[in-house]
Amino acid sequence: MAFLQISSLRKRYGSLEILKGIDIELDEGGFLVLVGPSGCGKSTLLNTIAGLEAITQGDILVDGNSIADLHPSKRDIAMVFQSYALYPNMTVAGNISFGMEMRGVPLAERKQAIEKVAKVLQIGHLLDRKPGQLSGGQRQRVAMGRALVRDPKLFLFDEPLSNLDAKLRVDMRIEIKRLHQTTGKTIVYVTHDQIEAMTLATKIAVMKDGLVQQFGTPFEIYNNPANMFVADFMGSPAMNLLTGAIEQANDGLHVTLERPSGNPVRLAIPARLQGLEAYAGRQVVFGIRPEALTDPEGADRNAVAVVENECLIEVVEPAGSDTFAVIKLGGKEVVARLRADARINAGQNVRLAFNLDKAVFFDPQSQARIA
Amino acid sequence: MSGHSQSASGSAVNLTRWINRTVIYGLLVFFAIVYLMPLFVMVVTSFKTMDEIQSGNMLALPQSPTIEPWLKAWGEVCVGLTCAGIKGYFWNSIKMVVPAVVISTVMGALNGYVLTKWRFPGHTLVFGLMLFACFIPFQSVLLPMATILGNLGRFGNSLEDTIGTSLGFGNPTENLVIVHVIYGLGFTTLFFRNFYEAFPSELVKAAQVDGAGFFQIFRRIMLPNSLPIIVVTVIYQFTNIWNDFLFASAYAGTGDAMPMTVALNNIVNTSTGVVEYNVNMASAMIAALPTLLVYIVAGRYFVRGLMAGAVKG
Ligand SMILES: Nc1ncnc2c1ncn2[C@@H]1O[C@H](COP(=O)(O)OP(=O)(O)OP(=O)(O)O)[C@@H](O)[C@H]1O
Ligand SMILES: [Mg+2]
Repeated sequence: MAFLQISSLRKRYGSLEILKGIDIELDEGGFLVLVGPSGCGKSTLLNTIAGLEAITQGDILVDGNSIADLHPSKRDIAMVFQSYALYPNMTVAGNISFGMEMRGVPLAERKQAIEKVAKVLQIGHLLDRKPGQLSGGQRQRVAMGRALVRDPKLFLFDEPLSNLDAKLRVDMRIEIKRLHQTTGKTIVYVTHDQIEAMTLATKIAVMKDGLVQQFGTPFEIYNNPANMFVADFMGSPAMNLLTGAIEQANDGLHVTLERPSGNPVRLAIPARLQGLEAYAGRQVVFGIRPEALTDPEGADRNAVAVVENECLIEVVEPAGSDTFAVIKLGGKEVVARLRADARINAGQNVRLAFNLDKAVFFDPQSQARIA
Repeated sequence: MSGHSQSASGSAVNLTRWINRTVIYGLLVFFAIVYLMPLFVMVVTSFKTMDEIQSGNMLALPQSPTIEPWLKAWGEVCVGLTCAGIKGYFWNSIKMVVPAVVISTVMGALNGYVLTKWRFPGHTLVFGLMLFACFIPFQSVLLPMATILGNLGRFGNSLEDTIGTSLGFGNPTENLVIVHVIYGLGFTTLFFRNFYEAFPSELVKAAQVDGAGFFQIFRRIMLPNSLPIIVVTVIYQFTNIWNDFLFASAYAGTGDAMPMTVALNNIVNTSTGVVEYNVNMASAMIAALPTLLVYIVAGRYFVRGLMAGAVKG
């Protein structure tokens, strides 16, 4: 039995349906990350779990018991709000300890807890200030502190690191991961940051328009996207999605990708990929991540189906740790990810390795995964 | 060349600006004088002796300033037939205005809190009806209210008979408190509802998650962040209730519970001997002082930026 179970959850504001049947199961100690474009209902889902929004239909169970009718204060959750929601009349220390105070924790214990959490969040010197005297990042850390200081069944984080500078964000990310590992708490976490999602999650739910598009481990989401939306949304730079034609030849199935030069790239489809026969003679969407399209020296040595092909480099973008190259293929600009020291120039013809182990195919109409 | 024409037009701009300024300030000073003239006359008259008033110019400063009229107004002046000054009536007004202001403000805050953060079906209708209360003229409620207060008085009497105390029902001061609370509720609710409408709901949600209940949120989160609107409401209610004459004269127009405004009227209307303008003026000044004081003291707490830092940008 899952620890957190959300079943066919619907949320309606009048006639406007925001959540259209959400099903999610998370084991105890799991770390669920909700991702999706702005306005897809992530905060709304979090609010329904917290009990701040009534649900229209469906149920939410924690530890086997329905919490759908419980008051927020009875659900034993701690939450970091997207807008921080700090009490302006209280000091930082007062903000952090308000929840404990309401629950009747003795003063001495509260003091200890504040100090501990202030140390983790590096806000010890701010404890006597009011929220109005803090920077955005400091406020965000206080909002984190207010949740971390408690010992709830479930943590809910709504984009808790979005306002921090790059370095602090990395520190805090590691801190959250450490917290999760040491306490084993169950966490639901909303973020727009790909790296946060991939590194923190044990499960990711990719949402769009109030529906879960795919629910799975970070590995599954990244390597086996269920549809074009998930493939495009997860990963940075995004997966290349290009139009190709499936052809049945004597030596098996091929996918043909058009090029402006008129000399199309023809790739043999590995036997591993089933279900493409039905598409012979039709257009499909061929998906390949930038790191699966690389210089031959940088290609994955363990990959089975690697095909090399000469491509015209249009743009070169050195990014420090990698070099990105843009080529024209299948009617799209396609990004390839090369080693940092790959010596290439725009306008050159360079051999690139297509790692077809990592290639995926989608139906252009339904956008669903074919193979 | 171009520089020359620029400076010429520059001085023209300066001139028009100077004229504008003069006109604006001239008008401001003129209206200030017109507005302050009666107050000036009251203040100077209250420090003059009767001889000086009868012989001298109304606008002249007192030749030999004296606080005698003030002392007399406070402790000796005749209101109707009793000559014990206005001090008793002053306290009557305080006893009426303080509870009335406190109760109507707290209840308005509670109403505003419920109407914005604990919405129930039909909350707009309820608010609309409360708003309607703001537009009911004083005069139209005089008679119905008198009936209600009469019933309350009889209720007090029967309480007296059964449990030994009337709990103050039927007492004129308490009657006035009830009337002013009811009448003020529409306004105080309006003030607080509009203020809380813009109050971030996330704060209430965060407090709920933190485990705070309905009244804890009200007391610990809402009220401490409502200072500006509390100040506005208190000033508004205090001034209105203190200065009210109609309800005061209708429900406590005679006897010991008479508020300040009615007493002042009676002083001026007392027709024994000469009219002591200086004492009348001093009485009027004393009657006006509390509202002035409330403006000065409460006005200092008109602070902006109180909600800074609550939520993002
Ligand atoms: N009280 C409300 N009444 C009507 N619609 C609402 C209400 N609250 C939210 N919505 C709508 O619900 C949708 C989902 O909002 P939500 O805040 O959950 O988005 P989100 O996924 O958290 O977005 P973001 O990433 O920008 O925070 C939005 O389209 C929003 O306009
Ligand atoms: Mg959100």
